[in-house]
Amino acid sequence: MVRYIARRLLLVIIIVLGVTIMTFSIMHMAPGDPAEMIAVARYGIENLTQDDIEWIRRAEGLDAPVYVQYAKWLNHVLHGDFGRSLITGEPVLSEILTRFPATVKLAVAGMMVSLLIAIPAGIISAVKQYSLIDSLSMIVALIGVSMPNFWLGLLLIILFSLYLGVLPVCGYGGIRYIILPAVTLGTGMAAITTRLIRSSMLEVLNQDYITTARAKGLKEKSIVARHALKNAFIPVITVIGLQFGHLLEGTVIIETIFAWPGVGKLLVDSIFARDFSLIQGCVLFIAVVFVLVNLVVDISYMYLDPKIRYEKGA
Amino acid sequence: MSEVALKLRPQIQNLRQLKKNKAAMIGLIIILFFVFTAIFAPFIAPHDPYEQNLEKALLLPCKEYPMGTDELGRCIMSRIIFGTRISLQIGIIVTGITACTGVLLGMIAGYYGGILDEIIMRIVDILLAFPGLVLALAIAGLLGPGLFNVMLALTIVGWMGYARVVRGSVLSVKEKEFVETARALGAGDIYILFRHILPNVMAPVIVMATLGMGYVILAAAGLSFLGLGAQPPTPVWGAMLNNGRAFMRTAPHLTAFPGLAIMITVLAFNLLGDGLRDIFDPRLKEKKIE
Amino acid sequence: MGILLSIRNLETSFYTGDGVVKAVNGIDLDIQDGRIVGLIGETGCGKSVLGLSILRLLPRNAEIRGKVFYKGQDILKLTEEEIRRLRGKEVALIPQNPSTSLNPVLKIGTQIAESLQLHRRLPREKAWGAAVDILRSLDLPNPEKRAEEYPHQLSGGMKQRVLAAVGIAGEPSLLIADEPTKGLDALIRVQVVEVLRRLVLQTGAAMLIITHDLKVAAGLCDELAVMYAGEIIEYGPAEQLLSSPEHPYARGLIASLPGNGLKPIEGFSPSLINLPAGCKFHPRCPFAIKACTEEHPRLVEIEEGHRVRCLLVDQSREPEKDLFNWNLQKEVG
Repeated sequence: MVRYIARRLLLVIIIVLGVTIMTFSIMHMAPGDPAEMIAVARYGIENLTQDDIEWIRRAEGLDAPVYVQYAKWLNHVLHGDFGRSLITGEPVLSEILTRFPATVKLAVAGMMVSLLIAIPAGIISAVKQYSLIDSLSMIVALIGVSMPNFWLGLLLIILFSLYLGVLPVCGYGGIRYIILPAVTLGTGMAAITTRLIRSSMLEVLNQDYITTARAKGLKEKSIVARHALKNAFIPVITVIGLQFGHLLEGTVIIETIFAWPGVGKLLVDSIFARDFSLIQGCVLFIAVVFVLVNLVVDISYMYLDPKIRYEKGA
Repeated sequence: MSEVALKLRPQIQNLRQLKKNKAAMIGLIIILFFVFTAIFAPFIAPHDPYEQNLEKALLLPCKEYPMGTDELGRCIMSRIIFGTRISLQIGIIVTGITACTGVLLGMIAGYYGGILDEIIMRIVDILLAFPGLVLALAIAGLLGPGLFNVMLALTIVGWMGYARVVRGSVLSVKEKEFVETARALGAGDIYILFRHILPNVMAPVIVMATLGMGYVILAAAGLSFLGLGAQPPTPVWGAMLNNGRAFMRTAPHLTAFPGLAIMITVLAFNLLGDGLRDIFDPRLKEKKIE
Repeated sequence: MGILLSIRNLETSFYTGDGVVKAVNGIDLDIQDGRIVGLIGETGCGKSVLGLSILRLLPRNAEIRGKVFYKGQDILKLTEEEIRRLRGKEVALIPQNPSTSLNPVLKIGTQIAESLQLHRRLPREKAWGAAVDILRSLDLPNPEKRAEEYPHQLSGGMKQRVLAAVGIAGEPSLLIADEPTKGLDALIRVQVVEVLRRLVLQTGAAMLIITHDLKVAAGLCDELAVMYAGEIIEYGPAEQLLSSPEHPYARGLIASLPGNGLKPIEGFSPSLINLPAGCKFHPRCPFAIKACTEEHPRLVEIEEGHRVRCLLVDQSREPEKDLFNWNLQKEVG
């Protein structure tokens, strides 16, 4: 078990390293001269002389070869210095960390909404396969998967905020403010998750050991609860882990629509403000969080499945 | 060596099966309808999508403008019809390139193994460490506005799935006997790869590509909603949605119709893709009868 | 001794995308109290389906017709709840495929104790102890430790014994053992046969053993039914059937044993979707005459307790013009 975790950690480190290289590279994809862009951002476009630009180039180390710049940047990052926002001048990491809790709140709320819908719907659809409930929930899920979540968000705003006036249009505050964004985020994910849970359950219900359980004379409810769920649960954990990526993607757009002050909105704002340090910091941060969450999901999956646990462990 | 010919006969059987799947056929028909709309847009659209008519701004759907007009008096229906061209273009080009790239890299990784496999798979892992839309957003955002940049961003982010799946298929196929036979008869690697291995790994790729089209269109709509991609006044569904945000209270139809267009298109690809998946999946679901 | 199970004209069909699969085509079978009946046949002849049909454990696309009388009651007519109460307690199944028939995420002890709690109404701790006792009585070494383990930690033979334990936990009157030795090597097979034999002696239950392994059947059964393409083509006391089989297929089976020279039967088993007309075995039968391709033979009693389904053995039929040919072939074959 320990060796497996160690191996996974090593892989994760390599991946994170690659992530930093990738993030650094895409920064240099931006057309134009970075020194000039920084100069414009800091001083404005008037009164800018070539000397100013050259000064910035030297001050920011932009005249060094690329790999040297990367090494310096990586060194800073490992010490927690993600640079400073070109717009506000504040340290990037603190800007991100200030907004991180908001994103976490939204993500957790969204995940809860999603699971509250998907788990019962998926299980019932599988147990009552071919019934009306099954067909209906599959149709609804299919529509949900095809619907753009930003459209759903806007529709919900139109209905609940503009016409009914019961919920605020956007913003951050008490529970009233999180409902619409969480529901938008959650129902979109629920559509995908329901289908996955259903197919996982169906696969389990078709196994031989379920026939054995029936042959024992157990009630169908017992069979589903004790025999089927425990087996279906394991791939469901992976499903939930996979959903985490969609969750992060979803928060980016939904935070923008609902003016929810999270890391996603920060990313979008920084892109349009051409605030390169901030863009870089956000992308790196989101990726690292994603990798870590996947690692945790992997380890817990391994722990839950007795077969794998014994293969790798004691 | 007519392994390929032998593989085609089941394909024809599959087409017949596809016709039986009503949902998939509906999806196919809707897709064809959209393709038709895109090709013949100038003949179908009731008005010029760029023509502004400020006196007729923000009209609700009526006889002259079946989907109403936007804040500049442009016919929404015409804009949606022309927007079909861009959506389908993005879908086809991005899916085509990502599928080809992914399949090629997957075949190389799976067939040759060794360090080539390691390198390719590590790159896949690293790219997959980013949530797709986030990376595409960053790339498209940094490169600047424009249709090409959005397509490039989505391409960079979209090939890994194909590579993984194909690599897996190749690993299981390359040990099979007919490959050994071909090699014993002196066939070169490239020949084996394209005439023997490729036809056997195509099934999941076709399913992925169909579903992938829907996903690309959705992602592209998201990016254009955020302001990237083709710029105004070009009619793009996602951008039209974003545009409509300012008028949600008084003119909800600006948001309703573009979103509906996106949803129906993606739904069609999902229906077709699901149908294809049901056909290609091995029928292990049926209980063994002894 | 009474008749415990009486099957009359059982037909089971599966409705699939490729057509209707007729797995069981008109089976009549009686099992008496305390007797062991063997059901032999090749893979794909429908024998496992027969076992599952009795307990109505088939998937949704299966249709079962006919009558199955258990202790006088037609159990095919029972409601879902009523047959559920029979399962495990009156009629129990020992399923095939030990590797997939046990739940991988539950401990062995739990899976046996479950039945004990349900059928013998034992509280959990007592049920666990009783489960361990059953495992011990089946000669499973170190039963306490095994009960705490998961299925993948046990060998094939051990898992088979666990399945047997699950089967007898409810103290049933009839045990249906589905391919109990499939996939096990020779040594384990002998052990499993021993276990089953002891089971019957200990519990006094009747058993229906479904197998393709003739040696297993020979070692255990009182009566044998040979199945082909969903029908019983020969039935009789085990010793008699094995020493002098009448039906050409049964004779072929016996001849194919390693001890008898390993002579295979020509041809392939028929598709259960497109069954041949007339006698289902006629395409492969070395003695087939023209009538065999058209007329479907009935099961005929040729001597006390011994029934055969073959036109050539059916004395009540009119002698055929090619009787001469048949006699000739009988010398040769």
